[in-house]
Amino acid sequence: MNGRIFSVVGGMFLLTVCSKGSQSNVQAAPASPPAVSAAGGTITGKIKFTGVAPKNPAIDMSEEASCKAKYPSPPTEENVVAGPANALANVFVYVKSGVPAGQTFPAPATPVVLDQNGCRYHPHVFGIMVGQGLEIQNSDPLLHNIKAIAKANRPFNVSQPSAGMKTTRTFSAPEVMVNLECNVHGWMKAFLGVRPDPFFAVSKQDGSFTITGLPPGTYTIEAWHEKFGTQTATVTIAGTETKPANFTFAAH
Amino acid sequence: MIHALLLVTAVMTQDTAAGKQVYTKWCAGCHGDNGAGDGQGARHMIPPPRDFTGAIYQIRSTPSGQLPTDADLLRSIDEGLFGTAMPGWKSRLSDRQRRDVLAYIKTFSTFFADTTQRPQPITFGNAPGGGSGAEALKVGRQFYDSIGCRKCHGDLGRGDGPSAPTLKDDAGHPIFAANLHENWRFNGGGTVEDIYHRLRTGLDGTPMPSFSDLLEQKFLTDDQLWRVAQYVRSLSPREAPVVRDVIHAPLLVKALPHSPDDSAWTAVDVSWFPLVGQIIRKERWFAPAVSGVWVKAVHTADSIALRVVWDDRSQSPDSVWLGHLGRVLNTLAGDDSAREQPALWPDQLAIQFPVSIPTGMERPYFLMGSPSAPVYQWRWSSGSRSTAVAGLARGIDRFDPLSSGGVAAQAVYDHGQWRVVFTRGLASADTASQLPFRTGRAIPVAFFAWDGSNGEHGTRMGISTWYFLALDEPVPARVFISPVLAMVLTLGLGMLVVWRAQQKTSYRRQQ
Repeated sequence: MNGRIFSVVGGMFLLTVCSKGSQSNVQAAPASPPAVSAAGGTITGKIKFTGVAPKNPAIDMSEEASCKAKYPSPPTEENVVAGPANALANVFVYVKSGVPAGQTFPAPATPVVLDQNGCRYHPHVFGIMVGQGLEIQNSDPLLHNIKAIAKANRPFNVSQPSAGMKTTRTFSAPEVMVNLECNVHGWMKAFLGVRPDPFFAVSKQDGSFTITGLPPGTYTIEAWHEKFGTQTATVTIAGTETKPANFTFAAH
Repeated sequence: MIHALLLVTAVMTQDTAAGKQVYTKWCAGCHGDNGAGDGQGARHMIPPPRDFTGAIYQIRSTPSGQLPTDADLLRSIDEGLFGTAMPGWKSRLSDRQRRDVLAYIKTFSTFFADTTQRPQPITFGNAPGGGSGAEALKVGRQFYDSIGCRKCHGDLGRGDGPSAPTLKDDAGHPIFAANLHENWRFNGGGTVEDIYHRLRTGLDGTPMPSFSDLLEQKFLTDDQLWRVAQYVRSLSPREAPVVRDVIHAPLLVKALPHSPDDSAWTAVDVSWFPLVGQIIRKERWFAPAVSGVWVKAVHTADSIALRVVWDDRSQSPDSVWLGHLGRVLNTLAGDDSAREQPALWPDQLAIQFPVSIPTGMERPYFLMGSPSAPVYQWRWSSGSRSTAVAGLARGIDRFDPLSSGGVAAQAVYDHGQWRVVFTRGLASADTASQLPFRTGRAIPVAFFAWDGSNGEHGTRMGISTWYFLALDEPVPARVFISPVLAMVLTLGLGMLVVWRAQQKTSYRRQQ
């Protein structure tokens, strides 16, 4: 019985990989796992915050004319990206526990792409599976170094002084979050959630997120935000239903 | 095969229990009982001691992200890490002890037990490559710019690049981009091979990345990367500077050079004096940013000029460095210094002399004298850079300026370096407190430096011990005349003897 469900999930997962592969040129979109599917349960919700969002500091790009030229108005950091009605983007939402131990999910063959463009990371918050390739590319004609600060994984620090350079790295253990930073440009930060399963998502500009393909079970869902911390919720999935999970952070 | 067998034997004979004993006795004081880099000494150090629990090591022969080999770790234990508080242990611990402690250090991280994490050293090929001729260095310099070294290390390599003030290590501690003019302080060694290896492997845990991907993706050839290493090596002296006790100040017949970049300075010998943190009196300072001063001195018939040059990444006060300053104060927050808020302190330098030239061996206390035996100092600050103040220090926390100091200064800040010339008349109207300079005497001299952007002010500074300044005496006229006189006299006497002998011979003949 269980085996059947898992094979359905696995098949669905493969489908996702294929559909992702066909549009891999449209890179740098947040690496969201599977699109909505008929099989398995779905958890969807909206993320909001209360209070006043702190202002994102302006970035002084005067040292890097070629980056500065890519922005019509001075760019800011992306510490808190808010949408209309206090919607909160860039929240990493994932199944923290509840997936049966011992169940394994193959890593997608398609790498997740992290682009360095205009002296910023695209995406800023994203997820990846254990063993899945992280393809780091430089679209700026200048030196970036990419430093991964990790505990469960091996950290690394590699340089890309030219546009067109590509480096692929993988992560061997789940970790929320691995911090990525550029030391040449102190404002460049990205956050990477490494998961053993495909049950994760990143909230969009309108605060929405969707995690699909969940087998029946009771799950602890955690929402992580770089400034506002973490929140958890418990959700039980019985079949192919869609269950809500909304989170509200407090801006402090 | 035999190699592999030997290696296996070596690994098998490592004894973590014995290693723990060595570790507890010699290492835990800084690295902590649990290897987390949090021993008692840790709060006094920048850079802080290695945290072994993450198994992140700077000095490796392996690609970025990989574990170091045993040989890599043993090298750091044997040689220490230059420019840091980590000494070499080769002469203090036996081979066996060092191997055992290495095995024990590896137990602090689970990564070493993980069989999927086998370190694979990079094959570095024939070394050194690239050549060190002028053309090779020129190419090296071009790549130094194009691959972005200057971003952190600066246009002239003094660690003063535009990104330098923002740098921190993985734990958020402040970290300096290396001053490439001081290769004897490079953590992993200062040879061209060492530099090339660091370019390939990066310094994990620090902002210094690996440049190996550039070779793999053919953005750079191996030879070109070697030339970058050769160029970096060429910035430092051929040999690490040797400390000499005496600064010789030659007598100039030309005018006294008041400017730091006067061409008269080029012919004058330079002396290097290392500085260390002031850790004797509270508030102590364990992390001085100025590693030493380069000193030249000259004098004329009536005046003296001292030229002091030191590398300082920041032209303080500079608000760009406030973030770094905050990190420094934060990292050292646990030592016995009072916690302070970052402020815009200036850079400072002090030159110290006794009040009068001592006749015996007795000198005033080197650390700014005492209330009963003050010292005479010249003080310069970047706050008012073209002036200097003369005064009496009566201990580390008391400085009384003298109203008629008579000391002038000219300063230049250029690409991470201060160059300051102090000038004064040799004679002094106030011989009780202002040292009269005399030729041919050994005049004690000492130096103190503060880097304001590194949190240094008051008692938080770099200090030297007493050295000597000797003003060469003018060569008196008799030195030139005496030999000539002696020669004339000898010749004259000789002639006389010959003449007398000839007289006698002719007299005998006549008889």
